[in-house]
Amino acid sequence: MLGIDPTKIAFFAEVLVSGLLSGVLYALVALGFVLIFKASGVFNFAQGAMVLVAGLALVRAFGWLEASMPFWLALPLAIIFAGAVMTGIAWAVERFVLRKLVNQTALTLFMATIGISFVLEGLGQQIFGAQVYKLDLGLPRDNLFALESLFDGGILLNKLDLWSAVLAAVLVAALVIFFQKTRMGRALRAVADDHSAAQSVGIPLTRVWFVVWTVAGLVAIAAASIWGSKVGVQFSLVFVSLKALPVIILGGLTSIPGAIVGGLLIGAGEKLAEVYLGPSVGGGIEQWFAYVVALVVLLVRPQGLFGDRIIERI
Amino acid sequence: MSIRITKLSVLLLSAALCLPAAAEAQENGQFIPVVSYRTGPYAPNGIPWADGIVDYLELVNQRDGGINGVKILYEECETGYATDRGVECYERLKNKGPTGAAFINPLSTGITFALTEKTLVDKIPLITAGFGRSESRDGSVFPWNFPLIGTYWTAADVAIQHIAKELGGTDKLNGRKIVLLYHDSPFGKEPMPVLEVLAKKHGFQLTMIPVTSPGVEQKSQWLQIRQLRPDYVVMWGWGVMNPTAIQEAANVNFPRDKMIGFWFAGAEPDVVPAGAQAVGYKALMLQHGAGRARVHDDLDKYVYGKGLGKAKPADTGGVLFNRGMVGVMLGIEGIRTAMAKYGNKPMTGEQVRWGIEHLALDEKRIKELGFEGMISPVKISCADHEGTRTSRIQQWDGKSWNIISDWYTADEAMLAPLLKEAAARYAKEKGITPRDCSKES
Repeated sequence: MLGIDPTKIAFFAEVLVSGLLSGVLYALVALGFVLIFKASGVFNFAQGAMVLVAGLALVRAFGWLEASMPFWLALPLAIIFAGAVMTGIAWAVERFVLRKLVNQTALTLFMATIGISFVLEGLGQQIFGAQVYKLDLGLPRDNLFALESLFDGGILLNKLDLWSAVLAAVLVAALVIFFQKTRMGRALRAVADDHSAAQSVGIPLTRVWFVVWTVAGLVAIAAASIWGSKVGVQFSLVFVSLKALPVIILGGLTSIPGAIVGGLLIGAGEKLAEVYLGPSVGGGIEQWFAYVVALVVLLVRPQGLFGDRIIERI
Repeated sequence: MSIRITKLSVLLLSAALCLPAAAEAQENGQFIPVVSYRTGPYAPNGIPWADGIVDYLELVNQRDGGINGVKILYEECETGYATDRGVECYERLKNKGPTGAAFINPLSTGITFALTEKTLVDKIPLITAGFGRSESRDGSVFPWNFPLIGTYWTAADVAIQHIAKELGGTDKLNGRKIVLLYHDSPFGKEPMPVLEVLAKKHGFQLTMIPVTSPGVEQKSQWLQIRQLRPDYVVMWGWGVMNPTAIQEAANVNFPRDKMIGFWFAGAEPDVVPAGAQAVGYKALMLQHGAGRARVHDDLDKYVYGKGLGKAKPADTGGVLFNRGMVGVMLGIEGIRTAMAKYGNKPMTGEQVRWGIEHLALDEKRIKELGFEGMISPVKISCADHEGTRTSRIQQWDGKSWNIISDWYTADEAMLAPLLKEAAARYAKEKGITPRDCSKES
């Protein structure tokens, strides 16, 4: 094949596919940011902390319930419990933080979410514990080899990664439909454009904020479930949110398709960079290389690949 | 509103005025700060470690009435494993108690690097059992640092000795591929000089692959390892990096029994989250492993029996809990050694430094202390702040750690010149004139 060693092509494909699979997961976390930004114009710094709390609530409830009932019953009940916790957080955030800050600047709202982040991290660990909690959702973890007929030994894929990507893709599709096709989704988008204008046409701002923070909380449960079953539920899930930042810079803060494409590009880009460029510069570059990609895009398209271009007339 | 604010101000002012008085009125005793991390990304490892320390301090108070009758006063300070917060804790606690902090054990190599120069000025011993700067073993250059019972360099040499033994001899290392998968931080880079020397000496190919902290994402690293097909992976990780690495190893079908973690990648939080995928994984032991000794019976009786224990009773035999107890026991025995010279009263940092530098625990004393089987004899001196260079290998069977080797002793002929050179380099950089250990008493 053009004189290129097939094993090298197979390895390149492995790196690319694993990057794309990671990218789907990044997109899922990025969606939490995009949802809240679209609906309230708030860049929610607390999204990582929400993933942590959602994961801790889920895994601890699952542990308690599984001791006294079968798996098939314990898991949905644990998800309901985690959903209730995230709904409670959404209510508290709207009632005690956002309601007081209507029509404040975006920077004020952003600073408020930094405060929320620290409160959630501290309270979450205080209530649910700070250990590593193993989360087994019954997903297969063994490997499979694809395209064995094309490449000697095939391309190695992990079933957990594949299932995670499928679950994330389903959730992303559901959110796209919610935003584009439902009445509430349209209301959320209207609020994002202008709080006052949305209120003046009868859109209940407080209810919309409560709904969107709840939806972001549910996305956090999904992200925590997937990442938690890969690395265990623990504080480090907070750092997963850092992976979403270059994704939303690249894809645009206001675009759901942008989060998806951004996730895939960042996932694939950082893995390829680490494997092919990393060794020549001492390695460990994927963390910051993702930001390099995002910054390059910003230079060309400041609103990101799919973000709305905002023109403010004076 | 203004009345409420005034009342609140009066209340806060009164509280503020009362606090120093309360602090000054504290009882006489030996103050030992406990700098720990029970929150943040490294909490799963930090909690059992800190529990072991606090429970042992409580045991000495409850069982013996303190060290030779001098009650131990202690206070815990949360660092979150962040170096800046560690330094903040140190500054806050260093002057507490009638004689200030007896010693500081920061449970972090990053904080150790930051405190190395501060403790020199404040005259407070810096105990780093199993971690910290490897060259600080040289007490002539680092009089205040005590990397007791094992440095990273000792660990690196023992890891290669064990690989050689599994392969059938050191001559079998020639032409083999060994990967060092390391936490991209000062502690992760510590073993590099030793491994580089050993690679050259034995002819194996060494590839060093960094993992960015905290190590949640390691797909790229393990794809590189899959491509490289090494004979062994030596893992220098901490916290979430370890179980993630084990799971990623399984994902690329790398055999877990060809992975050797160093002694901070060999505790229960490193393997339990990986479930069945961790079966067969091996790790070095910082002398002790998991399990119980007589000291645990004393804990049950004097601490947990009185409802004073920090951990769950079932967790008191864990690797990191035991590490906490061993580390603080060595410090306390250093204080006891100092008391033999200076009298049974609270010791100053300088007196404790002398005590640790003259610490000698033989088999008999280790048995008396209830730590039989957990550590080998230790003898500290001015020239040697490590005291012993031995380690064993343990393997995880899915439920517990099993010791699978005899004691290894690090190759002093190889390590000594490296350490001397590194310590001399540090002394030159900092303008330190090394002590003449032959003149120390």
